[in-house]
Amino acid sequence: MSDHVREKVSNWELIKNGIIKENTIFRLVISLCPAIAVTNAVKNGFFLGIAVLFVQTMVNTTVALIRDFIHPKIRIPIFMLIISGWVTVVDMVIAAIAPDVYKQIGLYIQIIVAFASILARAEMFASKHGPVNSFFDGLGSGLGFLVALVIISFFRELLGRGALWGFPIVDAKPMLIFILPAGGFLAVGLLMGFFNWIDMKFYGGKGAGGAG
Amino acid sequence: MEFIKLFELFIAASIINNFVFTRFLGLCIFFGVSKKMETAIGMSITFTAVMVIAAALSWVVFFYVMVPLNITFLKIVIFIGIVAAFVQAADTIMRKVSPGMYYKLGVYLALISTNCIIIAVPLINAGEKYNFIESLAFGLGSGIGFAIALMIMASIREKLELADVPRPFKGMPIAWITTALIALAFTGFAGLITL
Repeated sequence: MSDHVREKVSNWELIKNGIIKENTIFRLVISLCPAIAVTNAVKNGFFLGIAVLFVQTMVNTTVALIRDFIHPKIRIPIFMLIISGWVTVVDMVIAAIAPDVYKQIGLYIQIIVAFASILARAEMFASKHGPVNSFFDGLGSGLGFLVALVIISFFRELLGRGALWGFPIVDAKPMLIFILPAGGFLAVGLLMGFFNWIDMKFYGGKGAGGAG
Repeated sequence: MEFIKLFELFIAASIINNFVFTRFLGLCIFFGVSKKMETAIGMSITFTAVMVIAAALSWVVFFYVMVPLNITFLKIVIFIGIVAAFVQAADTIMRKVSPGMYYKLGVYLALISTNCIIIAVPLINAGEKYNFIESLAFGLGSGIGFAIALMIMASIREKLELADVPRPFKGMPIAWITTALIALAFTGFAGLITL
């Protein structure tokens, strides 16, 4: 019984860890390519986030399930195969259910296959832990990615278009730069600096990303 | 006529639709190796070579194997396999044939297989149905474009080391903001050539 309780706590810890402490984009600073490519509208950011969440969770679970059968020397190609299999699934599903979104972010969904974060979670966590823990680790890491994408696209769409999820909110002349490519870099840079500032001011941290 | 079109494709891929500044691909490596000019140059050379060969290989496989067999829906799986296998092979061959070059450029090879551009180029080639020569031009243009981006960034970041940046912005955040400014300049090229 006590074992069961501990398991539950650690799963919750795993999710929190993925969202806050090891947030893929703001803290680990990996898999950035889509962070600005698709975040010019909340809708696009949300769909890509969901796609990554799904792929990450499924890859982690699959790897954890078959980890005893993978020879350590060829584990990376095997992980790649598993990842690309799940990415193909997501790619086809999104193309079918949301064709208008797919037209804009289709290439970036296919690119999920080369994400460092997914391979990293599979290699560092799922290949060493059981399926349940790995599932929650993937869930946390994927949710962290989703949250980061939604935050970035929230600011970019609001400032660049004066709208959210396609609905106009602010009736003023928007700052066009934020939906241009350059604005994506700017928004991520400013947000990263802001989170570093919070970390330093209130938690006494050294700030992340500096090492990258 | 044909040459002009290829040249346009090359310029479009390298400058106007620069992978880093307008398509946002390959950023992990872009920020990772742009700290020093020397590493940036090494990466650029390796990258361009791998890019062209990967584009050629996947074009051949796509049009002579996948299209006849009607398995184009597997393109993600197959392209990542081709790229990974090729990078691994290049790694092994280079280590045997020219250890000196391996010592200089080998580290970058390992990094390349996780780069998004290297998988994006075959996917775009297949999506746009480029012919063989066009695919090569597109691959070369993308490689050169990435090299240009890396070198601009590396030369700025070498100076940036000396600048007095506010503490929370040190390192990554200021690099992003710098990139934003360069990207803004590259926006000026938009619409120069419309394909």
